[in-house]
Amino acid sequence: MGKLKNSMRKITKKNLMTYICLAIGFVIIQSCSAGGLLTFQIKGLLVPVCIYIICAVALNLVVGISGELSLGHAGFLCLGAYGAAIFSKITNGLIPDPIRFLLALIIGAAVGALFGFLIGIPVLRLNGDYLAIVTLAFCQIIQNLLNVFYIGVDKHGLHVAMQDPTKLELEEGGQVIVKGAQGITGTPKDANFIIGIILVFITLFIVLNLIDSRTGRAIMAIRDNRIAAESIGIDVTKHKLLAFTISAGLVGMAGALYSHNLATLTVAKFDYNTSILILVFVVLGGIGNIRGSIIATVILYVLPELLRGLQTYRMLIYAIVLIVIMLFSWAPGAIAFRQRIMERLKNRGKGVQ
Amino acid sequence: MSFFSYLINGVGLGSVYAIIALGYTMVYGIAKMLNFAHGDVIMIGAYIVFVAMTSLGIPALPSLIVAMIFCLVLGVVIEKVAYRPLRNAASKLAVLITAIGVSYLLQNIALLVFGPNPKSFSNIVKLPPVSIGGINISSTTLVTIAASVVIMLVLTFFVKKTKPGQAMQAVSEDRGAAGLMGINVNGTISLTFAIGSALAAVAGALMCSSYPILDPYTGSMPGIKAFVAAVFGGIGSIPGAMIGGILLGIIENLSKAYISSQIADAIVFAVLIIVLLVRPAGLFGKNVQEKV
Repeated sequence: MGKLKNSMRKITKKNLMTYICLAIGFVIIQSCSAGGLLTFQIKGLLVPVCIYIICAVALNLVVGISGELSLGHAGFLCLGAYGAAIFSKITNGLIPDPIRFLLALIIGAAVGALFGFLIGIPVLRLNGDYLAIVTLAFCQIIQNLLNVFYIGVDKHGLHVAMQDPTKLELEEGGQVIVKGAQGITGTPKDANFIIGIILVFITLFIVLNLIDSRTGRAIMAIRDNRIAAESIGIDVTKHKLLAFTISAGLVGMAGALYSHNLATLTVAKFDYNTSILILVFVVLGGIGNIRGSIIATVILYVLPELLRGLQTYRMLIYAIVLIVIMLFSWAPGAIAFRQRIMERLKNRGKGVQ
Repeated sequence: MSFFSYLINGVGLGSVYAIIALGYTMVYGIAKMLNFAHGDVIMIGAYIVFVAMTSLGIPALPSLIVAMIFCLVLGVVIEKVAYRPLRNAASKLAVLITAIGVSYLLQNIALLVFGPNPKSFSNIVKLPPVSIGGINISSTTLVTIAASVVIMLVLTFFVKKTKPGQAMQAVSEDRGAAGLMGINVNGTISLTFAIGSALAAVAGALMCSSYPILDPYTGSMPGIKAFVAAVFGGIGSIPGAMIGGILLGIIENLSKAYISSQIADAIVFAVLIIVLLVRPAGLFGKNVQEKV
């Protein structure tokens, strides 16, 4: 019992460290920002970094903790963004701004979680690469359908149409909200860095507590050995679905933040490259390592933006760095090589003593 | 256009998917990895044919052979440098991300070398259209269909009847045991990548002959769709990849013609999902019983 208490304290300490580091980072950036030390370019990156941290932590819940590969998280980001933006456009001016934005965030999360649940029911029966390809397919379907999706509003309420905006049959004074491939324009710009950081904290709180809960341990047991977990009475489908839904909901919330940060929202930004971008953050930060996801996101999102001066060589360098890091951190040969070097350094340290 | 000509064009498009899917399915079967860079090898192959024909003035067939050799070497080098060190990595995701890195690398190299502007690809099949029952069918479509059938038959023969082909089957079944039986595992995997990449060059040239716009991102969408086709037919199965590819092409073309060109892709992917839910191993896949 004493041992258990001790280990619990260790986990709490580790989580506290994560929160504290994040808080310190926030204070430093915020004071730099107040002191006018940040360029306009970097200030523009702050909210997107928060968005991608939420996405990476949420995806890590699926990839690292639940052990399922999803290539469809850009789809949930997109749905959350759309849901929240549509809500904000309709109710703009009717509800006080802070309450409207709060509701928009909740709606974004709800839309993401709803679709995560609906997609998860059939899809989570598959596993491994099949699951990856099916989630990728879902992402493509969402993108494809939203590209021809129109919503308008007039005094009779909402009108929805596919493919043809004239089918909306709006009355005079009606307003088209979603314009197919052109997306949604003019969503109120409510997002800022402080709200972004608060949402990152909420995400971390949910994910870290889930991992350390009884449910979280059940999810990890399924990841490590599904058959063994099933044999001791863990409901596999329920737990997988829970992790997937929570993850999709958090990403949907990030989507709401996304749509309230930019004036224009188009589907084209949520293609499979975005899913892969988030996956890269997760894998390079360490699969199952939440703190690693945060660090990797900050470095890997800010780095290419700072390399913009190199223009055409930017993505080339990014690709090479990606391959080299993967080889260096995952190849068994490279791992053995690193260990040899570490040992040699240690021995040298001893020799000096 | 009549239903029949839509159907034939669909089969033509599907044959391109089938050739790409054959490469995908062989590589997946043996290396058990999603080779996301496969679509970009197609793009590189098409660029090589383009340069050889347009800038160097080499006739179509020799250009194609040059491109096949180039892609073959490229595929083997990619496998050796980027994938082989990660073959026994602790997580399968490592090699997936590396493949994505290779895909970005190839796209950006093409972007630097050939520029972002799309090139108009000249058709490698210079034959007049053929008229069957009053419908004109482009000879490119017919050549593509014929090429995919020939490639599938040759590959099936190769895998079933020749020694290197049987080595491939053995390695894909159990890599460790195959190694113990004296099969050169590394060599066999290299051979698979070589064949898959050479096929990618053929697919690239045929695809750009039918849809003559070539830019650094040309390969990525057909690459994904061909993978869908391979999964559709049951991954690892050669006839499965062929039939999956052709079905995919037909579904895509018919939904473009009769439903909507904008949501044709959504329909294709929806069909994939339905098939996988009903038959989780694909149409021709083997259902492996899980043992405790």
